[in-house]
Amino acid sequence: MNFDRFLAMAIKEIIQIKRDARSIAIVIAMPVIMMLAFGYGVSFDTKHIPLYLLDQEKSQQSQDFLKHFQASEYFNVVKTVDSYREVVEAIDRGDCQMAVVVPFDFSLKLAAGQPVGIQAIVNGTDSNSANLGMSYGEAVVSSYAQGLQVAWLQRRGQIRVAPPLSLDARTWYNENLESMATIVPGVVAMVMAVVGTFLTSLTIAREWERGTMEQLVSTPVTRMEIMLGKLAPYLVIGLFDTCLCAALGVWWFGVPFRSQLWIFLLSTVLFILVVLSMGYFLSVVGKNQMAASQLALVATFLPAFLLSGFIYPIDQMPAAVQVVTHLVPARYFMFILRNVFLKGTPLSLMWQDVAGLALFAVVLTILATRAFKKRID
Amino acid sequence: MIRDSRDLRKDPRDTRDLRDLRKGPEGAAVVVTGLVKRFGDFAAVDDISLTANKGEIFGFLGPNGAGKSTTIRMLCGLLSPTSGSATVSGIDVATHPEIVRQNIGYMSQKFSLYNDLTVLENLHFFAGMYSVPRSQLPSRISWAVEMAGLNGREKSMAGTLATGWKQRLALGCAVLHRPPVVFLDEPTSGVDPMSRRQFWELIHQMAADGVTVFVTTHYMDEAEYCNRLVLIYRGKIVASGSPLELKEGSMSGELLLVECEKVGQALELLGAAPFIQDAAIFGNALHLVVENAEQAAPGVKTLLAREGIAAGKVERIRPSLEDVFVSLTTPRPGRTP
Repeated sequence: MNFDRFLAMAIKEIIQIKRDARSIAIVIAMPVIMMLAFGYGVSFDTKHIPLYLLDQEKSQQSQDFLKHFQASEYFNVVKTVDSYREVVEAIDRGDCQMAVVVPFDFSLKLAAGQPVGIQAIVNGTDSNSANLGMSYGEAVVSSYAQGLQVAWLQRRGQIRVAPPLSLDARTWYNENLESMATIVPGVVAMVMAVVGTFLTSLTIAREWERGTMEQLVSTPVTRMEIMLGKLAPYLVIGLFDTCLCAALGVWWFGVPFRSQLWIFLLSTVLFILVVLSMGYFLSVVGKNQMAASQLALVATFLPAFLLSGFIYPIDQMPAAVQVVTHLVPARYFMFILRNVFLKGTPLSLMWQDVAGLALFAVVLTILATRAFKKRID
Repeated sequence: MIRDSRDLRKDPRDTRDLRDLRKGPEGAAVVVTGLVKRFGDFAAVDDISLTANKGEIFGFLGPNGAGKSTTIRMLCGLLSPTSGSATVSGIDVATHPEIVRQNIGYMSQKFSLYNDLTVLENLHFFAGMYSVPRSQLPSRISWAVEMAGLNGREKSMAGTLATGWKQRLALGCAVLHRPPVVFLDEPTSGVDPMSRRQFWELIHQMAADGVTVFVTTHYMDEAEYCNRLVLIYRGKIVASGSPLELKEGSMSGELLLVECEKVGQALELLGAAPFIQDAAIFGNALHLVVENAEQAAPGVKTLLAREGIAAGKVERIRPSLEDVFVSLTTPRPGRTP
């Protein structure tokens, strides 16, 4: 390893990055756009479920009951209709996810002390929001029912009525259970997996495409020097990008940052090395910029999205898939970042994941260096 | 720029002395033995052997696709040969490619510097790649700028330079580290005549400084500038020697120049004549290879007159390399090119 050659290589890359407007756009715009797109687009909080109401009785009491749905932030009452037909049409058209139907004998039965069924019709095509809608609906109904019961008991002479049991939940780390807090660290990992791989996926392919590779390989520069010289500027850029994403997460999306900075920086450097080497490897293998950058997107985006624990919790996956997730570097970074942002976990409790990243970094840099041949055949 | 063995920088990873790596005859800069390169069934280079001496301008002459670039790429360690061996400055290219690369300058056929870097940035980059010592860096860079005639254009993007300047810049980048052997692959293709001449002056200067210049070209006139030449055709060497030797020795007879009308028709007519070994069109005249020019001239005139083709000058000329080349590469019964 000759330092002058490494330096000359790195300086050349920096000049080329600086002169290429497109690469600057990728460096700055891509992470910001992805952060915003994911930050706003991927929300697991289902609020404001569009709801239709059908009150067949239209009594004082039924209206009073339905007000509870209108008051809930989980529902957005789109329309109150008069017939079943309208409900069916609305669900067919997708105007609402759910409809609540109050039967015509609602208040009569209640007065008589008989059980009443409130009908809820749910669009099951999106099972996730259907489930949420049902449980939110359940909650609205049962709280109303409890109120009724208390009133009924009091009328019978019981002065104080208390429910015997309740769940007293206290949420740690993400006190308001906002999914944004879970998503943003994941998005940072996702964005860097994609951007990092993309950055270097062009470097070697570009030299081949522009014909400069032939001159380069005729010099005594070693492949290690080429690799490190090309990666060094992007490591700095990647670090900058990650900090930019993290800053957006903290100051724009209001996610806490509870860890020490150095733990964040250490794992970030390791992860960036991993993704840059991966991009470099793909660039060597792809040999043209188009192929390499497309490979980079497929090879990083899908695994980082699906298998890193970003949207599907890893411990909910089938055992075989869980094993596979260990091969996805984003998995470790995702875990570390969630801890870094939300928990402030000390390194001693997540060293395995940091070590996993380090192992990937070493293996992939070696693999990428070896894949490159100083030959043109 | 005269170099001796001490100037050959050692590869730091190699602890052996360079002298131990050296083989082959003293005084030889490039030795090629039985070099073959096949791409599938096609032999691009077919059993080539040659020796270029130190300080020599060694020309590699042949038409496009003859195997010149393939050979030069193998000599620089860019392509691995199918079989055969090559040493540069006595060092085996196959076993010690990095030491060879430190001791050569290579200029590829296609411009392969960085278009989006300035003249100076390109020079600094390649100075870095060749690890030119920092103490020598300013003088080497200004030497290269001077040599390429790029004063005042140091900050121009390489991509914006005219072809002649690009080529000289490429040469400058290739010799920043004062290599004892320089490989130039068609350095003047696509360059205007003025720049071509300037380029060849640079080549002569380097050779005068003791650098071995291994140059390929398909321009016959350029071949005349070389100290020694090999003619390559379809991957094989068809002749070698100095330009003079080639011109004298490679032709089986004498050369007759025939200026006449309707050269195409005349070619057909004369090509069939038994006393004419070979005939080829050169511009608006014919070159005929005959056993004895004196004796053949009257016969040629008679033949042309009989067909009503007006003839001008008919005289013996000294063959040019082009004649030699045509003569060597035209398949004729009884001789394989």
